[in-house]
Amino acid sequence: MPAAGPALTFDGVAKSFGPVRAVDGLSFAVRPGAVTGFLGPNGSGKTTTLRMLLGLTRPTTGRALVGDRPYVEHERPARVVGAALEASSFHPGRSGLGHLEVFAPQVGVSRDRCRELIELVGLGAAADRRVSGYSMGMRQRLGLATALLGDPPAIVLDELANGLDPEGIVWLRGLLRRFADEGRTVLVSSHVLAEVQHTVDDVVIIAHGRLVHASSLASLADLAAPETYVESPDLPAVDRLCRERGWTARPLDRGLVVAGVSAADVGAAAFAAGVELHQLASQGVGLEDVFLRLTGDPR
Amino acid sequence: MRAALVAEYRKLLSTRMWWVLLIALAAYLGFIGVVLAASFVFAPEDQSGTTLHGLDAAKAIYGVTNAIGYVFPLVIGSLAMTTEFRHQTITQSLLVEPRRGVFLGAKLIATVPLGLLYGVVGTAAVVVASAPLLGGWGDGAYLGRSDVIEVLALSVVVTAIWAVIGVAFGSVVPNQVAAIVVILAFTQFVEPIARFALGAFDGLDQVAKFLPGAAADGLIGASFLGSMNGGPADLLPRWAALLVLLGYAGVLALVGRYTTLRRDVA
Repeated sequence: MPAAGPALTFDGVAKSFGPVRAVDGLSFAVRPGAVTGFLGPNGSGKTTTLRMLLGLTRPTTGRALVGDRPYVEHERPARVVGAALEASSFHPGRSGLGHLEVFAPQVGVSRDRCRELIELVGLGAAADRRVSGYSMGMRQRLGLATALLGDPPAIVLDELANGLDPEGIVWLRGLLRRFADEGRTVLVSSHVLAEVQHTVDDVVIIAHGRLVHASSLASLADLAAPETYVESPDLPAVDRLCRERGWTARPLDRGLVVAGVSAADVGAAAFAAGVELHQLASQGVGLEDVFLRLTGDPR
Repeated sequence: MRAALVAEYRKLLSTRMWWVLLIALAAYLGFIGVVLAASFVFAPEDQSGTTLHGLDAAKAIYGVTNAIGYVFPLVIGSLAMTTEFRHQTITQSLLVEPRRGVFLGAKLIATVPLGLLYGVVGTAAVVVASAPLLGGWGDGAYLGRSDVIEVLALSVVVTAIWAVIGVAFGSVVPNQVAAIVVILAFTQFVEPIARFALGAFDGLDQVAKFLPGAAADGLIGASFLGSMNGGPADLLPRWAALLVLLGYAGVLALVGRYTTLRRDVA
């Protein structure tokens, strides 16, 4: 059982590549004990930000901290943060197990631990095969195994769900959930909200290198404008109910649309008031729409 | 540092490249050994102007591990660095060891044992291929002489140094294809021509001694290329040659450290 994870702190981090401002003054914190989704469209600066956190890329200004100091100043950094950045960064001529064994000495773990991890990520049968024969999903699993070598209290995964089969995604979800429950810090990036929607507790959303939103997933959901369509044999009763609750409703087809209220709330209210409902359906602006709106081109 | 050394060592041995190149080295040098020994042994006597005899012939042939084979340790050394960039394993390498000087230092040192192995196998291939011809039909194999043993032992040492120089060079030219092209062009074309050309002018021949291949010849004390040029070659003394070679490795590594390894890794 590892110690509680360190917070990951980004303090005005910016990176310019020539005239291009890839990351533009990002400030946010990732807390331990939760899964945080780091979201943004392709090219929004996610990978550059993660590379700055891990000391691979030097920020133009600002700094990123793991706990109380930069990643590179930790004694054995791979034991503090386990990271999987790209599915392609393996030597194709090395076996999967060989890949882990190459990095094991500096992580400070034995060959037995490598074998254990390659089994854990489901590559046991392919352990001695060369990586050139691995599928995309297998490479992602190997990347994950590399990140987990040192049993780190913080885990950073860049687009890891890319190329994983549905079964693998479910398995990964469970694993990340367990890590967060153990008190570790978990940061996963993705360009698709739906991919991490069922995994994350918190969301950090960037676009064009700038922070556009950071909150819990629940607060993000509040930004969505839910609408609920109801049909009832006693529409006047539903209408009365809405007025009592201060909800605005408008007629549509054979029913009513209640604005700004989730289907669950409408259903609960109707049940409490003893009003019979024949249809209860969510519509309106969903999470994905909110995400797209937040990350859309500001111009 | 110890962990970094073990890691680099495992990197070298966990792909097939090291033994594929080693076999190629042995086969190539064995072939060269046979051809050279035969050409010396069976050369017509009247053209003795450029043909070596006796001890000189033996030493020149035994030294080809360096004179002709040095491209192999150079390549394996440069591959150790350039594969990191080609396959982007540099990312993972720097995640587990962010101190880039330690990373480079470990790579330079971890190549030494492999370089020594290349030296032993390459030199053995030359000797096995050429000594029977020299001893059986020529003036002798001279394998018992201490100066011949010195040539053989230093051929092994210089091969290891070439491997280290290869790593350092790879850190300056991390593009794998570019690195190999430059190494092949320099060793097979640029330096031999430069040595002949510079050697033709008074004063400039002093510069030629400091070219890497010439310095390596100076270290082992036998020059195949110099001998072919006619007469005993003008070589650096051993200690100076050793310093020059280590200087090449050191300067290249420093340049690599403060160019390639200072940049962002993306």
